[in-house]
Amino acid sequence: MEGLTLEEFGAILVMQGFNGLSYFCVLLLMALGLAIIFGQMGVINMAHGEFLTIGAYATFLLSWLSEHYAPWFMPYYFLLAVLLGFAAAFAVGHLTELALIRHLYRRPLDSLLATWGLALIMQQGFRSLFGAREVSATLPDWLLGSWQPVSGIDIPLNGLFVMALTMLLTAGVLILTYRSRWGLQMRATTQNRVMAGAVGIDTQQVDRFTFALGCGIAGVAGAAFTTIGSTGPTSGSLYIVDTFLVVVFGGAQSMLGTVASAFSIAQASSILEFFMTGSMAKVSVLLTIIVILMMRPEGLFRANVRR
Amino acid sequence: MTRNNRPRGLYTALGTALLTLAAAHAADHPTAAVNTTGLAVTDTTVVVGQLHSATGTMAISETGSIQAEQLAIAQINAMGGVLGRKIEVIQEDGGSDWPTFAEKARKLLVNDKVAAVFGCWTSASRKAVLPVFERENSMLYYPTFYEGLEQSKNVIYTGQEATQQILAGLDWIAKEKGAKTFFLVGSDYIWPRTSNKIARKHIENVLKGTVVGEEYYPLGHTNFGSLINKIKLKKPDVIYSIVVGGSNVAWWKQLKAAGVTPDKQTILTISVTEDEVLGIGGENVEGHYSAMKYFQSLDNDNNKAFVKAFKEKYGADSVIGDVTQAAYLGPWLWKAAVERAGSFDVDKVAAASPGIELTTAPEGYVKIHENHHLWSRLRIGQWQRDGQAKVLHESELLEPNPFPEGYQ
Repeated sequence: MEGLTLEEFGAILVMQGFNGLSYFCVLLLMALGLAIIFGQMGVINMAHGEFLTIGAYATFLLSWLSEHYAPWFMPYYFLLAVLLGFAAAFAVGHLTELALIRHLYRRPLDSLLATWGLALIMQQGFRSLFGAREVSATLPDWLLGSWQPVSGIDIPLNGLFVMALTMLLTAGVLILTYRSRWGLQMRATTQNRVMAGAVGIDTQQVDRFTFALGCGIAGVAGAAFTTIGSTGPTSGSLYIVDTFLVVVFGGAQSMLGTVASAFSIAQASSILEFFMTGSMAKVSVLLTIIVILMMRPEGLFRANVRR
Repeated sequence: MTRNNRPRGLYTALGTALLTLAAAHAADHPTAAVNTTGLAVTDTTVVVGQLHSATGTMAISETGSIQAEQLAIAQINAMGGVLGRKIEVIQEDGGSDWPTFAEKARKLLVNDKVAAVFGCWTSASRKAVLPVFERENSMLYYPTFYEGLEQSKNVIYTGQEATQQILAGLDWIAKEKGAKTFFLVGSDYIWPRTSNKIARKHIENVLKGTVVGEEYYPLGHTNFGSLINKIKLKKPDVIYSIVVGGSNVAWWKQLKAAGVTPDKQTILTISVTEDEVLGIGGENVEGHYSAMKYFQSLDNDNNKAFVKAFKEKYGADSVIGDVTQAAYLGPWLWKAAVERAGSFDVDKVAAASPGIELTTAPEGYVKIHENHHLWSRLRIGQWQRDGQAKVLHESELLEPNPFPEGYQ
């Protein structure tokens, strides 16, 4: 590493540190919705990636509309896109629960197959609706490029945005789960469905809202990911493996586990990628996770739940 | 007879006259003479196959090829077809799945007896159908630029093999930017790895430069932060990029976000065409360079006519990338070979192919080499914000060399 001054080395160190944090937020954002659906409800939702894609396409549509009909709105459209992404994915999730998921609550393996089929249907739907080619939402200038606190250090603006959004959303979900009436009902339903029903909780209603909320959060993630990734019919499937990895590794029933797992996977990947080749880093991370899961099948954090 | 019927009668008469005319032309080439091996050729029609992925992950890339081939076939038909016969197309969907490609190829060749097939995109799909084409003895026109190391009597490669795309591009960037150090980046599969191998040999042996890093990431990888920092640490003169698919979009967006802009860092890529820029966004590649044989913005009469016809058929917003143009050449090269051979028989068409020239190609002049690849030029394009490239450099006509000595 000749020809590198101490300042430059320090700058790389700072940027690499930020990269790890930023990747942590990406993983957490994509896993948050699934943590609710898989973790709290026990539904293996293979179509999670496609709900992400809904958010991404919502962003693209809004970007296209404002570019063509309201150019003055361009700097602000992205914030609305995040909300629209949530609303669209929430609505589709609500319908999905009504038509498909509620018939499969006691059959986890069937739900895996059914949602896998749903994922394929949705992918072809995107393809028919938006075309097979990838599209690109035109990002507002405040999301492009980097912020330079001092010369030599480039902090990606889109990374900062994803970070802020993740923190807001995680805080929101935690408050909703542990401090709201709905959260109480959801946790009661998860812990003991029959008893929850007996004390007057409309468990069907709770299930429907929980599933739709998880999908809606995926939609938000999808909207945010248009800043760092691709928007196409199969873009969502790029995230699905990592998403399940984070949730399962963290311990399916624990929100805190999801956070911890996203953090450790992101830091491990980020550091290993720096010192090895990309493919080898991925192999090492997966192997480590497999070994840890063999020793702790329930994941990092274990919630005490009565089955 | 009412008044309304009269025009229809007129059209019928006109149609009959035209058919007679076509039949007269076809009569110069009686079916028994032009088709001795039982292909699907009648006195008025010839059937060809089209085999691409219209569904699945590869549909992103292959849609353009499907459209370009259909445009070429429609244009050929409007000119009277091939040996007086209209081309009919049977389109099959490989569904981005390689065994499916092989199965559909067998169906087209054995059941449908098509005279030729235009298709495939990835090397994996081509490798899957190759044994089928060789066993059943038929012609495949393959449009994608690829890693080389292959040559078959039954395939015409209308894209570039690796040396045609890589060497001239590296020469240009070394000369233009005085580049000495290179960082090679790619997706982890055969095409980027073979291409970077050739690039490394050329950089080290011919350009006398150094490769300061070579990195591969799995297909579908979406986080390139660590890689970008690693590159910043090495400070190469040029990043040479062969990242593909959804990864490609993430890679370019994150480069831009990390402050890797054209004023600070030169990037040369052989995996970005106008099609990819749709997904990446012009603002993210603006100012960087692609090495391709074709850009939509090429300024010649052939290309202007081609772009106009393409947009009329598929919409004003549609874009044309390198492979789309190469796919467009397929039906024209096949027509020229059939007419030169005076026959649809595969052996005669294959034998007649080397030496065929096309002066009407949108990319300019091309010629089929003995090794079934095309002589073609390499261009360097600099991407603009609107998603089009400004062509800065055009090479000599390059000889295809799928088995380059000293590069393996």
